[in-house]
Amino acid sequence: MAQILAPTSQWQMKITKSSTTASPMTAKMWGSLVLKQNKKGPARSSTKFRVLATKAEGYTINRLEGLLNLDLTPFTDRIIAEYIWIGGSGVDVRSKSRTISKPVEDPSELPKWNYDGSSTGQAPGEDSEVILYPQAIFKDPFRGGNNILVICDAYTPQGEPIPTNKRARAAEIFKNKKVIDEVPWYGIEQEYTLLQTDVKWPLGWPVGGYPGPQGPYYCGAGADKSFGRDISDAHYKACLYAGINISGTNGEVMPGQWEYQVGPSVGIEAGDHIWASRYILERITEQAGVVLTLDPKPIEGDWNGAGCHTNYSTKSMREEGGFEVIKKAILNLSLRHGEHISAYGEGNERRLTGKHETASINTFSWGVANRGCSIRVGRETEKQGKGYLEDRRPASNMDPYIVTSLLAETTLLWEPTLEAEALAAQKLALNV
Amino acid sequence: MSLLSDLVNLNLSESTEKIIAEYIWIGGSGLDLRSKARTLPGPVTDPAKLPKWNYDGSSTDQAPGDNSEVILHPQAIFKDPFRRGKNILVICDAYTPAGEPIPTNKRFNAAKIFSHPDVVAEEPWYGIEQEYTLLQKDTKWPLGWPIGGFPGPQGPYYCGAGADKAFGRDIVDSHYKACLYAGINISGINAEVMPGQWEFQVGPTVGIAAGDQLWAARYILERITEIAGVVLSLDPKPIQGDWNGAGAHANYSTKSMRNDGGIDVIKKAIEKLSQRHKEHIAAYGKGNERRLTGLHETADIHTFSWGVANRGASVRIGRDTEKAGKGYFEDRRPASNMDPYIVTSMIAETTILSK
Repeated sequence: MAQILAPTSQWQMKITKSSTTASPMTAKMWGSLVLKQNKKGPARSSTKFRVLATKAEGYTINRLEGLLNLDLTPFTDRIIAEYIWIGGSGVDVRSKSRTISKPVEDPSELPKWNYDGSSTGQAPGEDSEVILYPQAIFKDPFRGGNNILVICDAYTPQGEPIPTNKRARAAEIFKNKKVIDEVPWYGIEQEYTLLQTDVKWPLGWPVGGYPGPQGPYYCGAGADKSFGRDISDAHYKACLYAGINISGTNGEVMPGQWEYQVGPSVGIEAGDHIWASRYILERITEQAGVVLTLDPKPIEGDWNGAGCHTNYSTKSMREEGGFEVIKKAILNLSLRHGEHISAYGEGNERRLTGKHETASINTFSWGVANRGCSIRVGRETEKQGKGYLEDRRPASNMDPYIVTSLLAETTLLWEPTLEAEALAAQKLALNV
Repeated sequence: MSLLSDLVNLNLSESTEKIIAEYIWIGGSGLDLRSKARTLPGPVTDPAKLPKWNYDGSSTDQAPGDNSEVILHPQAIFKDPFRRGKNILVICDAYTPAGEPIPTNKRFNAAKIFSHPDVVAEEPWYGIEQEYTLLQKDTKWPLGWPIGGFPGPQGPYYCGAGADKAFGRDIVDSHYKACLYAGINISGINAEVMPGQWEFQVGPTVGIAAGDQLWAARYILERITEIAGVVLSLDPKPIQGDWNGAGAHANYSTKSMRNDGGIDVIKKAIEKLSQRHKEHIAAYGKGNERRLTGLHETADIHTFSWGVANRGASVRIGRDTEKAGKGYFEDRRPASNMDPYIVTSMIAETTILSK
């Protein structure tokens, strides 16, 4: 999997913004990440190594920490770039790293790379090379210094996006002049559930049983109400450090479930930032010894599912008279409900039941401040006559490239027939 | 506790000019690494300026008890990532007191091949992909695997992240930085197809440096796994069944291969390799027959094959080499426990010196 790099002369490009003032996630910060409430029963010897800062018996001090946190900048210009891509399932994130001779600021300065697609269900063994194109750079919160994370998408050697590459098509939509002029903003609310490692039962739940019913957990605090806050908090700072546009976090209605929001981001950035934040979350849960799941309905019964509500606005929606533009957009969306639903994440039918703050998967509805609808418009937006809409249909395992570009396409590039439009307007009580 | 840590990390440069040099050599099995340290009066950057040393060869199966001294000749210096400051790691090879390389010294012969004028003129580059498996210390069962059982089948682990997919990343990440610090030309890392298995790549390095740097990287890895309480295995097929083995694919190019028209030189070189398949296989690591089965992205050990982008072949040419008409090729046959001095020099000998 190595590629021989010719020692070419690289241009002299240094990071102009100060990259060394913020310190990376040091092992000391992780020290509090030992989730004591779950260590019931005899600890397997293997679980020791999943908590950060591995330590051998008989060693009194931890010497690995020093190496992990080593700041290489006094010794070499070289940096480590972690190339990240989406695997064959459409939800699994993969990564590997390479040494780059000097710090870089722009993805165009990074070389293309390749990986073994036959190991990720994306290419056959006798023609296994899949090419990685760097698309977005973030600072590496685990390695610090000038080291970086690189969000990539995947192509055949001939230069065609492979079937699971959803970014390429999204990028095309976001390059459309009509879309560019409307400056589409996205605020994505990523919900996720934390599971205990070997039993795959939610974090904090008694094994073989259930916690008390939902009620106390939403935005709650306390050892009996909030499970895994360290992960959420570490993730928040790591994303801010990395340069991801993370705007907030909260504990969710189902215990062991959390949410963070990324945005407002413009166009294709929304997808890049969400995937980078998901990668960082996988790395953090890995270190904490906890399993991350983006399943939209992890536990059947009277327990909330996990969604990825997408808040959306265009220039016209944000300006005077925007509310009318929002209503027109909702009308368009109502006429393409089937297309959107099929692209909004696998297993969503287990989540969109019409209960637990969702709308039924088969019906399109909208309302102001109504959490039981497909699309919700906030009271502020209604009052001001301009603002944004919230599409509550996407599942937590949705692909943000697909969802964001589909929203732009349906509301900016697609036009219904006049008949269909009139019918829908009546049905939805929209005077457009 | 904090006093010990202060002592281990003490920066001596304020108190003394003296430095510590860790002399490293390969033991009697051809795979075990040994080392011991000595104090030197001042910093050294040139191996020729380091004193020769000796060790007890009868304790490493390399000399009889009544004539046990084996002489260490320093060959390459790296910065010590554990002691830091101006302290160094020194890769050595072993000689009899009479000055002859002992039988397990494979570097000596490799150095001869790499100083042959024809080889020097071709500037051979190597990129070696070292795969390895991490094992739990007392059970010798792979890290992250349930004792008495198996994890879910291969699929999610290659380049994966997450507590149920990646086991031992701390070791891999600290190894990466330690090698960069030491001055080893480590070019990348990734999680491998079998859970608990990882890979790092060293290169491109020229000639004998490829072997020196890979052995230094292996030493640093042994030291790091020691700290982590995890056992390092370079066995080429640690677990039988539907689990990948561990290799040390060697990427190779010469000046002619990197210039225009190189693809023809590459094809000629592959032809020469095909004629010496058995000799190479015999030198490519013990136990390789358990790994090279024709399954799990390997070619069968008895057959020589090559192909573009084909991971089931003995030798693979990358698509960009094919497209550009020049570049390098990948010998996928060496096992993870191969000796890089042997493999690198043999590839050079077969492709440059043999007719």
